[in-house]
Amino acid sequence: MQINSPDFKNSSKKALDNPGLQKALGNLRNGFPVKRANAVQRMPEFELLRNEGRDIKNHVIANLDFYLEEFETNVTKNGGNVHWACDAEDARKAILDICQKANAKTVTKGKSMVSEEINLNEYLESNGVQPVETDLGEYILQLREDHPSHIIAPAIHLNLDDVSSIFSEKHGTPHTSDPAALMQEAREVLRDKFVAADVGITGANFCVAETGSTIIVTNEGNGDLTQTLPRVHIVITTIDKVVPTLEDMSLFLRLLARSATGQEFTVYNTLSTGPRRENDADGPEEYHVVLLDNGRSEMIGTQFQDMLRCIRCSACMNHCPVYGAVGGHAYGWVYPGPMGSVLTPKLIGIEKSGHLPNASTFCGKCESVCPVHIPLPKMMRHWREKEFEKHLSPKGFRFGIGTWAYFAKRPALYRWLARASAFSLKLMGGKSRRIRSLPLKNGWTAWRDLPAPEGGTFMDQWKKNQSTETSPSHPDNKCRS
Amino acid sequence: MSSSREQIFANIRRGLKRDALQGDALKAVQGRLKEHPSNTIPARSKLPHNEQIQLFIEMVAEASAELIKLDNSSEFPFAVNKFLGENKLTHLVSANSAELSQLDWSVLRDITIERRPAQAGDLVSLTSSFAGIAETGTLMLLSGADSPTTLNFLPDIHLVMLRQSNIVGAYEEAWDKLRSQRAEMPRTVNMITGPSRSADIEQKLQMGAHGPKRLVIFLVAE
Repeated sequence: MQINSPDFKNSSKKALDNPGLQKALGNLRNGFPVKRANAVQRMPEFELLRNEGRDIKNHVIANLDFYLEEFETNVTKNGGNVHWACDAEDARKAILDICQKANAKTVTKGKSMVSEEINLNEYLESNGVQPVETDLGEYILQLREDHPSHIIAPAIHLNLDDVSSIFSEKHGTPHTSDPAALMQEAREVLRDKFVAADVGITGANFCVAETGSTIIVTNEGNGDLTQTLPRVHIVITTIDKVVPTLEDMSLFLRLLARSATGQEFTVYNTLSTGPRRENDADGPEEYHVVLLDNGRSEMIGTQFQDMLRCIRCSACMNHCPVYGAVGGHAYGWVYPGPMGSVLTPKLIGIEKSGHLPNASTFCGKCESVCPVHIPLPKMMRHWREKEFEKHLSPKGFRFGIGTWAYFAKRPALYRWLARASAFSLKLMGGKSRRIRSLPLKNGWTAWRDLPAPEGGTFMDQWKKNQSTETSPSHPDNKCRS
Repeated sequence: MSSSREQIFANIRRGLKRDALQGDALKAVQGRLKEHPSNTIPARSKLPHNEQIQLFIEMVAEASAELIKLDNSSEFPFAVNKFLGENKLTHLVSANSAELSQLDWSVLRDITIERRPAQAGDLVSLTSSFAGIAETGTLMLLSGADSPTTLNFLPDIHLVMLRQSNIVGAYEEAWDKLRSQRAEMPRTVNMITGPSRSADIEQKLQMGAHGPKRLVIFLVAE
């Protein structure tokens, strides 16, 4: 996927002015967060599970070499192959090589964000192998030559009309605005592709070290047809997906379903262990796991290590006011929202993605819903610091921060200036107590009035409250004995 | 030049500031793998078995699967015959598991039964379930010579026989059951909770995406 992250500011403006996108994002805001809240409420142990999830992931990272070796040993023992890939190029080559050895003309694909990360579709196509996306959302996007804007609901930026138009154009069918009919259409078209494919490529939500299994979690069943019907099954995944045992995997499945879609359990949780057994009636004859690093191993021992706990549930973006306003494409690469703002700078460089960790109000909602307690705002702050240290932030911004720091280091002057500003803003507000335009602040006042301050500063109020704190409490507040 | 594998392991160990695990540290993680301890199991499914069955039935309904209760397994072929008749289905593809093959299927006089993996165009399949998990109304099906995985996904309607005695509370109990009854993991373990669905168009849930549009569980008491 092409990197458009440096253009975040322009893309955001366009997103805010795009009525279709704004309508589609409304579906997100009213959907996932409500469903998650209900599911969490039904699971009294949820907080306990989150803590355990965090602890197990920390344990895995501290022993990552051991668990990866164990996973590799068990995949091999079951007749599968593990291919290690340092970077995207390694992973693409490994996959193409397997496809070419299988004489593959078409490959079906289950949904995989890692395959987006390595630009797999373009690469396969340019080497004569036709990839076919089979997840409904991904299929719609492939027809539109579009990319996912969300890690679990890839076509969330589109409306019914968009789907209807592209299906009618590409399938040669009459327009319909019935989503059930559109889904049936995709089902029928893809049925033949599933059967015809030589290779099936899926991602993995987890890799189980104990058994050498990979697991995919889907609601549609497309991933299962992708990996069962073709002669060769390739799993493309990353080194941070390994978990020790089936019991640990079960814990993460409980967390994932509730945090992602607010379901009690996802419809299909499917474990694959090696190729088909000797007498099996169906299933692939070859099973390959491509384990990609792409910079993740370098996060260990750094202030970004906690990001490796991420289970890609999307709760952080579903609850993020910035994502909710501009959508996923504005972020300009594969991973949007708060988790993307932390991961993207590591994967493509802070030079190209400096806007992302700045695209946060630091409201903290992302961290509060994260199933493995990743301190996302803290890590976005780390990226901001790195950006500042590398002198990557714009001049105006650096000047502003520098000026603020000058006064912040001189408290008496700071307080005097704050008092003077509050007083003049109060005067400017007049009777309406609102300021309609303010020099240098049209970023705010172009869209809404600035409420005028009451006149006093925070410090003034603080002092005043401190002096009244000793007043006796209301008699009703006393404990009755 | 070192291989990708060597490079990745070197990076990990540099980050962890240590060499490959040895001694007690190694024994500790090996021990954890071998013992595979359970994490917190939600209290929801910690119930007497008859209440677990009730919970399973409730959760199955919530997942939009259908459930038909039968007193004993000899009724099962009759129930399948009735279902196929009511739905005007004349062709059944079936698994050949011991649980299914020991039953008398002669009652399906007007139905063609084929015991094979599923193909595109098959309308209805029949399989048996290794376990039912009460916590979320989930079926656990295993691949094998007599139970092809495609039967669980290609046809429009999936009929599944589940014995009540195979219902457990939580996923962890199903893994214990699998470990105790099988020497090795089957190629595919399917945990299935309701029929296929998608909300990829405008976040509105539609049933029957790529997998079965209907999942019908025949719960057999004996």
